[in-house]
Amino acid sequence: MVTILDKQQLHLTILRLAHQLLENHLNLNDIVFVGLQPRGIHVSNKMIECIKELCPNEKVNYGLLDITFYRDDIRNELRIANKTTIDFSVENKTVILIDDVLYTGRTIRAALDALLDLGRAKKVELCVLVDRRFNRELPIQPDYCGKAIDSVVSQKVKVEWDKEQVVLY
Amino acid sequence: MQLSTKHLLGIKDLTKEDISIILSTAAQFKEVLQRPVKKVPSLRDVTIVNLFYENSTRTRISFELAEKRLSADTINFAASGSSVSKGETLLDTVNNILSMKVDMVVMRHSASGAPHFLANHIPAAIINAGDGINEHPTQALLDAFSIQEKLGTLEGKKVVLIGDIMHSRVALSNIYLLKKMGAEVMVAGPPTLIPKYIKEALGVKVEYNLKNALQWCDVANVLRIQLERQNQVLFSSLREYNLAYGVSRKLLDAISKDIVIMHPGPINRGVEIDSDVADGNESIILQQVENGVAVRMAALYLLSGNNS
Repeated sequence: MVTILDKQQLHLTILRLAHQLLENHLNLNDIVFVGLQPRGIHVSNKMIECIKELCPNEKVNYGLLDITFYRDDIRNELRIANKTTIDFSVENKTVILIDDVLYTGRTIRAALDALLDLGRAKKVELCVLVDRRFNRELPIQPDYCGKAIDSVVSQKVKVEWDKEQVVLY
Repeated sequence: MQLSTKHLLGIKDLTKEDISIILSTAAQFKEVLQRPVKKVPSLRDVTIVNLFYENSTRTRISFELAEKRLSADTINFAASGSSVSKGETLLDTVNNILSMKVDMVVMRHSASGAPHFLANHIPAAIINAGDGINEHPTQALLDAFSIQEKLGTLEGKKVVLIGDIMHSRVALSNIYLLKKMGAEVMVAGPPTLIPKYIKEALGVKVEYNLKNALQWCDVANVLRIQLERQNQVLFSSLREYNLAYGVSRKLLDAISKDIVIMHPGPINRGVEIDSDVADGNESIILQQVENGVAVRMAALYLLSGNNS
């Protein structure tokens, strides 16, 4: 087991990502943040906390998206769906998708499909805490990345929120 | 994750966990139905046949809509106008349809046990959309979902089923489900329409006085008088039935509490329920119909996984 990010590094990384997002999007009116269920919402919750601290007077549009019904491996294994709570329109907005680990890219593909059903976004950007490079199965890359790592398929990256660390098994 | 059963033949075969999974999945599908695009691609590789040997409006449309919302391919079969009139057996009909590569069968039949018979003979997943006077599982699931949505929980709620309990598959499925989920169940109606040993067999309360039943309950599920299944006179007239067991505004005003009024449809207005009650503020009849699509989407989605 290798620790990729310890507690302090994890907090700093999330704070940096929040700063990067704000750096690129000065006006939050046209931006919506969407955390991906189930595991991506932990990092998105923390990131939104940071953004709200950095911009206390701005209204932050933040929702959660579940992609269970859009998965391409639905016939291999059924999963329990989680709640989607997006109580704002994504039409003509820039959507920042937030997830914990980018691996094959299939989850993000499903998320893009799900987003389309909610409206036509002006632009979609991807923000991930950990990017497992060289394991992609689809042409999907992050716009904002906390930490890029090289790993083999047999390994697993786990974000342990109870211990506040990211580890590689 | 999957249900403990390959088919949905009745609530009797489901565990409490199965029911919880279906209801929680239905809640997510209800959110899907509020979106600008009310469709998900989950079942785009699945073909479903709707096999209706008996008349239906709500259930058939609801299933068809649920299938389309899940992107499934659907075939609709009605017994009238088919080779059934030429003497083809149920099994032959279904096997012929299955040879066209159908994955799931949604079936309604006037004979109790028809879907159970099919389940023993064919490989496809079967959903019972009502079989004779036995069960109507998806109706019970949508009723439970509607109660949960309105009152927050099923646990400890008092539900009375009013009317033709003897011939009602909705009643039986509701009793099984509500008991499994921790609700208290009462049946109310004329003695001729309530099975003699229902109290001992199913563990429900029995009440022959409608006002007492309404005073006791949180939810009143009013059932239709099923004249098409009755082959003997069990009450003197529809008018008399309405006077004794029809849920009226006057009766609701006379009880000292707010209750939720449900009806599985189709309604015989002026018989088991008066129009001003069916259309009143207590009624969640149309919400039941709306929830039917989400619940059936959940059932189809969860059963499709056992059919890879």
